[in-house]
Amino acid sequence: MSLDPVVLFFILGLCAGLVRAEMRLPSAIYEFLSIILLLAIGLKGGIELSKQSIGDLLPDTMAVVAMGFVLPLLAFPLLRYIGKFDKVDAASVAAHYGSVSVGTYAVAVTYLTAQQIYFEEYMPLFLVLLEVPAILVGIVLVRGISKNTRWGKLLHEVFLGKSVVLLLGGLLIGWVAGPEGIESIAGLFFDPFKGVLALFLLEMGLIAASQVSCLRRYGLFLLGFGVVFPVFSALIGGGLGVMLGLSIGGTMLLATLAASASYIAVPAAMRIALPEANPTLSLTAALGITFPFNIIFGIPLYHKFAEYFHTLGG
Amino acid sequence: MFIRSTKLITIITESALEHTLIDDFDRLGAGGYTITNARGKGHTGVRDGRWPTDSNIRVEVICDTELADTIAEHIIKSYYRDYAVMVYIGDVTVVKPEKSGKGG
Repeated sequence: MSLDPVVLFFILGLCAGLVRAEMRLPSAIYEFLSIILLLAIGLKGGIELSKQSIGDLLPDTMAVVAMGFVLPLLAFPLLRYIGKFDKVDAASVAAHYGSVSVGTYAVAVTYLTAQQIYFEEYMPLFLVLLEVPAILVGIVLVRGISKNTRWGKLLHEVFLGKSVVLLLGGLLIGWVAGPEGIESIAGLFFDPFKGVLALFLLEMGLIAASQVSCLRRYGLFLLGFGVVFPVFSALIGGGLGVMLGLSIGGTMLLATLAASASYIAVPAAMRIALPEANPTLSLTAALGITFPFNIIFGIPLYHKFAEYFHTLGG
Repeated sequence: MFIRSTKLITIITESALEHTLIDDFDRLGAGGYTITNARGKGHTGVRDGRWPTDSNIRVEVICDTELADTIAEHIIKSYYRDYAVMVYIGDVTVVKPEKSGKGG
């Protein structure tokens, strides 16, 4: 298995964090890197959307959003009845696993680009659409559709979080400006993408390492769930990709999106929406287990899934 | 120079609560507040600010005794159970160049 340099940067961060090396990126730099990544991914998707008829994508879009609602509903009973989690913790972890990770998506795109595998470049549309449904499912699983829930505040948090705004903003700018328009800013957003991702992953490695110490507290079930559920979700995402007629690359990306777990948007939303849920539990799973697993092992595996599904589908 | 004895209420809590607290202060009638980023260790463990969910804020409000008590009671009642929260109230002396109606 040959690892991409960006993954090696992640492993460097992980190792440095585990041995408690004196290293961390200033938080403003990390913020800046994440803004560049979110906008770059959005812009790429938007450029591709400008070449597509939006109407043609509507059925696919609806199927992907449906997957965003289904995944947390599958995770919830596993966590509640096999993991014996409280209702609120089960719902919160399920919301994290139904939503997506932009970092994981970026690494998957880098993997495909390095291997020169074609994929549908409008996939960032699916990325942004998959952020939200799981959060709503998580809240409704605990609160029901109660009038006491402060929906205005929650929806503000969910729809106007940094990642949704920047991804959606990038998509719209790319869509409006088109390929020629974006050419003038490619020097900031597209050319250094891999270097920016490498630095971003270095910091993510350090942060993931800081979660590992919490692992012992939550036992083997969480470790198992953090690995097995993403693989199971990837099968669903991959299956859906083939049904929607995506290429092998596109199928692999949809599988990766299904497999990834949110560690930015969902933790922030859950802290407001379900404050009684244990935030460390979800973050340890999403960031300490699933993110490293997906980056290092998951993505090549989901590529294999996509190839296999395509041989089945003819 | 104008000198006035009053209360300083300090709240150290999760940055996730920032917007909610600001709404609360407006509703409860606080004239102003100061918010700074913070990190440290307390009854909910180490909060080192490495990740948004692990970052703290330190909120300071200068106000009269009655409002300080109202704010403290509201925060303990609403957030203490589910969030990392520390509240303390102290006596302070506000110094201003001249007497004015401005609070905060």
